[in-house]
Amino acid sequence: MSIAAVVVVVLAAILIGAFGIRMSRTTSDFYVASRTVSPLWNASAIGGEYLSAASFLGIAGLLITYGADMLWLPVGWTGGYLVLLVLVSAPLRRSGAYTLPDFAEARLESMAVRRASSVLVVLIGWFYLMPQFQSAGLVFRTVTGAPEWAGGLVVAGVVAANVLSGGMRSITFVQAFQYWLKLTALAVPLVFMLLAWRSDGFPGLPPGDPWALPLHGREHPLYETYSLILATFLGTMGLPHVLVRFYTNPDGRAARRTTVVVLTLLGAFYLMPAIYGYLGRVYGLPATDTVVLTLPGRLVGGMGGDLLTALITAGAFAAFLSTSSGLTVSVAGVIAQDILRGGVRSFRVATILAVVVPFALAGTARSLPVATVVGLAFAVAASSFCPLLVLGIWWRRLTTVGAMSGLLLGGGLACTAVLATITGGPDTGWMGALLSQPAAWTVPISFAVMVVVSLLTPSRVPPGVARTMVRLHTPERLNVDRGDWRPRSL
Amino acid sequence: MTGKPRRVVVTSPRTAAARRPRHSLTREIDEQTRLGEVYMRSLVRTQFRLALFVCTLLACLVGGLPLLFLLVPDLRSAQLLGLPLPWVVLAGLIYPAFIAGAWLYVWQAERNERDFADLVERQ
Repeated sequence: MSIAAVVVVVLAAILIGAFGIRMSRTTSDFYVASRTVSPLWNASAIGGEYLSAASFLGIAGLLITYGADMLWLPVGWTGGYLVLLVLVSAPLRRSGAYTLPDFAEARLESMAVRRASSVLVVLIGWFYLMPQFQSAGLVFRTVTGAPEWAGGLVVAGVVAANVLSGGMRSITFVQAFQYWLKLTALAVPLVFMLLAWRSDGFPGLPPGDPWALPLHGREHPLYETYSLILATFLGTMGLPHVLVRFYTNPDGRAARRTTVVVLTLLGAFYLMPAIYGYLGRVYGLPATDTVVLTLPGRLVGGMGGDLLTALITAGAFAAFLSTSSGLTVSVAGVIAQDILRGGVRSFRVATILAVVVPFALAGTARSLPVATVVGLAFAVAASSFCPLLVLGIWWRRLTTVGAMSGLLLGGGLACTAVLATITGGPDTGWMGALLSQPAAWTVPISFAVMVVVSLLTPSRVPPGVARTMVRLHTPERLNVDRGDWRPRSL
Repeated sequence: MTGKPRRVVVTSPRTAAARRPRHSLTREIDEQTRLGEVYMRSLVRTQFRLALFVCTLLACLVGGLPLLFLLVPDLRSAQLLGLPLPWVVLAGLIYPAFIAGAWLYVWQAERNERDFADLVERQ
């Protein structure tokens, strides 16, 4: 039955995507959905794209392994939107940029900074896609018994086909649909499982089990908790697939409002993985990424259990497809624009590149919990794009050299830590903690380098900074000169 | 004083000019004059202060909780309505708090922008 669920989701994604084909006639349609997307659709699409396998499956698994400290993961993934709302959303929409490299170019008027940003976008996208494919393989194997690469191949293939045929217009509708599917897929089984839990007489944890207590279960809990908080709260704004969606808002005010709706949708979703984790622990399920899939069979059992498992499997595949699609569009857009020559033909080649590299990585890297690897992608975003965006929007004295040094050093250090962790670096001791949770040291380094180098090179402040500030901050209602910068491929 | 004084129109021909200054504030901003820059800087500073205020509150809440659990170990195992307190806060109450904070921010940020636009257009 779960196989049928996978087939239905995959077919639905392809069919819904096909509606968008006739919409995408010109190059700009491929990148943004012509700005005709309504706020709730847009917010649902952001939610659908953002809730990846890490949220859907990974949180519950990590909770069972490490206990209450992992509750910070969903908190940070939601709270990141509050930070994004407050520091970035409206100015970013007003900048007119629809990718991070666009923003870097608009603000710093430098092609060098643009190229550095492009490389980082591609790396973050690949780090984020890799665990999606790995976990698709894991779920597919659990459901069908197929080898682990098969599930990743299905997801990679559908995503590539969808992006190639429809562009972003179709993706917006697919994504919005996926949010509601994922919410239903966790909520309905949860209701039945809570009923089963009640009829079992509300079993709890064994007395004296320290699992539910915070600051417990890892070697350096305080450091790792703070590092996780920093990475998730500051990393959200630097994710390429999130940013692109802000361009589909008509203006800065709508961008803010969309962000609040996103925050609400995510808050509603993230109430659930914690309960899954708690029930999993109470019923003594093994701590893996598939615990969400096996829980209904254990609690409800029988035909009902099978149906609920099928529903969750559908949700999991929705998660793989939606996040991978969003990331693929952004990564392919950046590769097409900044590395290839641009235009629809390059976008097609770039789409293939964007999918094949992480698929190959998924087969070679060691298998870590999906939420851990996604957390690492957040750490890279937090130590490169967070300082670029925050300082770029609020600080006039940011210079080209300063931004470049911060991006290279902060992003470079974080990427090194990620590579060390996924290829099998030290897992224990302080070194292991510093490498597997790098944000606590790479984010401050990145900010400090950007500020100090900018202050040392005052002559390299971009000449148009005053006009850019007008563009970023004045409300749309005022008729002022906002400069004539446009994203390159519009 | 010969006869009746002639009536003269006393309205100044410059009235129209006086009503509308030669440089509107949007033009000051466009031409990046000192006055225009003062206005722009005040807008950015107002919005930045608001952002900083929300971020500080958030940092106190989010950064304070692990510290609180570290310094007051009893809180880690405290119960609220029969549920462990850290779970009630981190898996429940913190989300509505985020949403409330977000609405308050949007309300105030839009008000700041309205005030700025009114100020610029009134001149």
